[in-house]
Amino acid sequence: MLFFSFFKTLTNHTITVELKNDISIRGTLKSVDQYLNIKLDDITVLDELRYPHLSSVKNIFIRGSVVRYVHLPAAEVDRGLLEDASRREAANQAGKAK
Amino acid sequence: MENLTISDPPRGGTPHSGGQLGSAAGAPAGPPQLPPQMFTTAAQLLDLTDKKLMLVLRDGRKLIGVLRTWDQFANLVLTSTTERYFVSSSNDRRLFADIPRGTYLVRGENVLLIGEIDLDKDDDIPPGYTEADIEDVFALKKEEEARRKKSDRTRSRKAGELWGGELEGSGEILF
Repeated sequence: MLFFSFFKTLTNHTITVELKNDISIRGTLKSVDQYLNIKLDDITVLDELRYPHLSSVKNIFIRGSVVRYVHLPAAEVDRGLLEDASRREAANQAGKAK
Repeated sequence: MENLTISDPPRGGTPHSGGQLGSAAGAPAGPPQLPPQMFTTAAQLLDLTDKKLMLVLRDGRKLIGVLRTWDQFANLVLTSTTERYFVSSSNDRRLFADIPRGTYLVRGENVLLIGEIDLDKDDDIPPGYTEADIEDVFALKKEEEARRKKSDRTRSRKAGELWGGELEGSGEILF
């Protein structure tokens, strides 16, 4: 659930989502759910001539399973906090496994 | 969805730990969190119900229709659907055509993305493309597919020679 929580802290920031079919879509993160399905508002497609079908679309729902990368605004990511949270989660998992 | 709206306060307990990373005891309370029901698949699809959508499937098809019913897997029912084909031919002509299809039930795993169509821009022609006859577009589409399959096969064969074995899904369309 860590990345779900992490993405929730990024709502209303501009992110770029690169899909497995090579489309890159930039927009404001509106919502995310447990499968990391993403909702973006006010989108722009980076290579519009190759991907013309989104020209009249303003906001989209992206299924989490088709996302390759999410480009994040560096200023909005607290890396220390994220690293701590990862370690804590790993420790919890290790504790559970015993 | 029990008629929940975004403005409802969260109900008894916190199923998700708000927006806080991890669950450290004594961590400083962050900014006020949005209600957790906003962060579910159902809530995301609820806003899209009865809207005109552009659905992109895993095999590359583009369906335009009105979303009527859905469930937690993003299985969808679309009505008044048209399928839109885009082709760019070898002499740099870009064409599209719409084919009326009717009602669709789409299994969720095949959904790539769902775009809500801005009704102000609905009738705009995609920039750089012109509308053409269905038959013409279809013929060009077939040509394009054949070209792509051929190059995919070549690539897969070369990769096979380099690393041994075949690549998965050779010649098949993915996305």
